[in-house]
Amino acid sequence: MSFAIASSVEEALEALDSGARPIAGGTDLVVGARQGKGGLPESIVAIDRIAELAEIGVADGGLRIGAGVTHARLMTEPAVVDRYTALADAAALVGSPATRNVGTLGGNVMNSSPAMDTGAPLMTFGAVAELRSTSGTRTVALDELWTGPGKNSSQENELCVALVLPDLGERAGSAYVRLEYRRAMEIAVVGAAATVQLDADGNFESARVALTAVAPKIIEVSGIADVVAGKANDDALGALVYAQAAEQATPISDLRAGEEYRRHCVGVMARRAVEAAARRASGETIAVPVNRALGVGANA
Amino acid sequence: MSENTELENLELKVNGVSYPLALEIDRNLSGVLRTEVGLTGTKEGCDDCECGACMVLLDGQPINSCSYLAVQAQGRDITTVEGLIDGDELHPLQRNILAAGGVQCGFCTPGMLMSAQALLERNDSPTEDEIRIGLSGNLCRCTGYAKIVTAVQATAVELRS
Ligand SMILES: Cc1cc2nc3c(=O)[nH]c(=O)nc-3n(C[C@H](O)[C@H](O)[C@H](O)COP(=O)(O)OP(=O)(O)OC[C@H]3O[C@@H](n4cnc5c(N)ncnc54)[C@H](O)[C@@H]3O)c2cc1C
Ligand code: FES
Ligand code: FES
Repeated sequence: MSFAIASSVEEALEALDSGARPIAGGTDLVVGARQGKGGLPESIVAIDRIAELAEIGVADGGLRIGAGVTHARLMTEPAVVDRYTALADAAALVGSPATRNVGTLGGNVMNSSPAMDTGAPLMTFGAVAELRSTSGTRTVALDELWTGPGKNSSQENELCVALVLPDLGERAGSAYVRLEYRRAMEIAVVGAAATVQLDADGNFESARVALTAVAPKIIEVSGIADVVAGKANDDALGALVYAQAAEQATPISDLRAGEEYRRHCVGVMARRAVEAAARRASGETIAVPVNRALGVGANA
Repeated sequence: MSENTELENLELKVNGVSYPLALEIDRNLSGVLRTEVGLTGTKEGCDDCECGACMVLLDGQPINSCSYLAVQAQGRDITTVEGLIDGDELHPLQRNILAAGGVQCGFCTPGMLMSAQALLERNDSPTEDEIRIGLSGNLCRCTGYAKIVTAVQATAVELRS
């Protein structure tokens, strides 16, 4: 085995070219390897000390978040909490303080679990992943990045260096809620994120909704923008969002929840996410994470 | 960039003391702390990142040391429960958790103390909810948590005054 600590992106990319796998916080990689899911890679390069990967900066009016930014930082960073609140909601739900302290956004995205919490928020923002190798940089839309449970379309020698979030425009708001059975150290039973834009009268101009843990990867609900256009944030709208989300989910049954229950609950999560996102878009402050503020799942 | 193969010669800085070690890359930090460094305050419960008995601080913030590669901790400040005590003087958290009856079998206690210490460093006047979130990665099968929360509250008050 070999292990190296990279101090720059360039060093990390050279190591990847020689066959190393990156480790950031190790909260997926090491835990998975120790549970016997294939063991540790033969060659590992640690990327957790690369300053460039920990940067958060404005880009084209949006936000560029380094892949090495931790969940602990995401849930408190003002630019994220104020403008991309759903991502802060999600980061605040990950594991425990220890998991959030070392676990990174890049690790969450590249681990590509269908139950990952940052995925649905990122998808509703229209975020793209910036992948870099020694031969160059490319950006990939998230629905092209994730290909199945634990699988993505990146090359072995590519490092995710950042997630790039576009400007969401005026009167925008977002929220992420998940059904969980415990208040910490939990995996989403199901979850939903919503990003909405309101018009000058406070009705919906547009919305995007994405779902966690109801398909082989994070999925976006199609047709939501048409469903909400021109409508007010009320129960009738909530029922339409519920139906649209529940219909498009293709959940599995396992020990934690049956298929029918997951389908129902993801509809409820979608409705609650849209409602909370619209309240935020109208200027109301709902503390991060929405789950705790509004009493969802184990917080009810 | 430091290149390492099979047995890696490195130094781990634990509670301010540097320990030169030769380690396999796949060794977890909790095992190295207990076996090579010889500090057995850090416990291994689940050994699977679930229970928090192995909680130590890395540059002041909590990590589950059972599931953290020891080689990845080089160059960082590691604090274990042994680092809380000042000579013969118990840390206020230790004194208060004993006084409140927050220690029964004691297996969770070192991990609880490290999470509580990190929390109080971040936030010197946490609410009860913030304390419960701060300790949410630590399981206790004996106390029911209430007395541990009381001890953290008492320590916050004591350290502020
Ligand atoms: C107790 C516990 C609770 C958890 N709870 C949650 C939860 O509630 N929600 C949730 O979504 N997740 C949860 N997780 C999973 C995990 O913590 C997150 O997915 C975390 O964000 C992973 O980040 P990391 O830096 O630790 O990744 P690592 O484990 O270091 O890496 C994960 C994978 O991504 C690759 N990788 C890492 N960074 C990059 C990069 N920049 N470019 C390319 N590849 C990269 C690695 O090679 C590896 O394959 C939990 C884990 C534990 C142990
Ligand atoms: S021993 Fe590390 S979390 Fe249980
Ligand atoms: S005192 Fe026994 S587990 Fe906490």
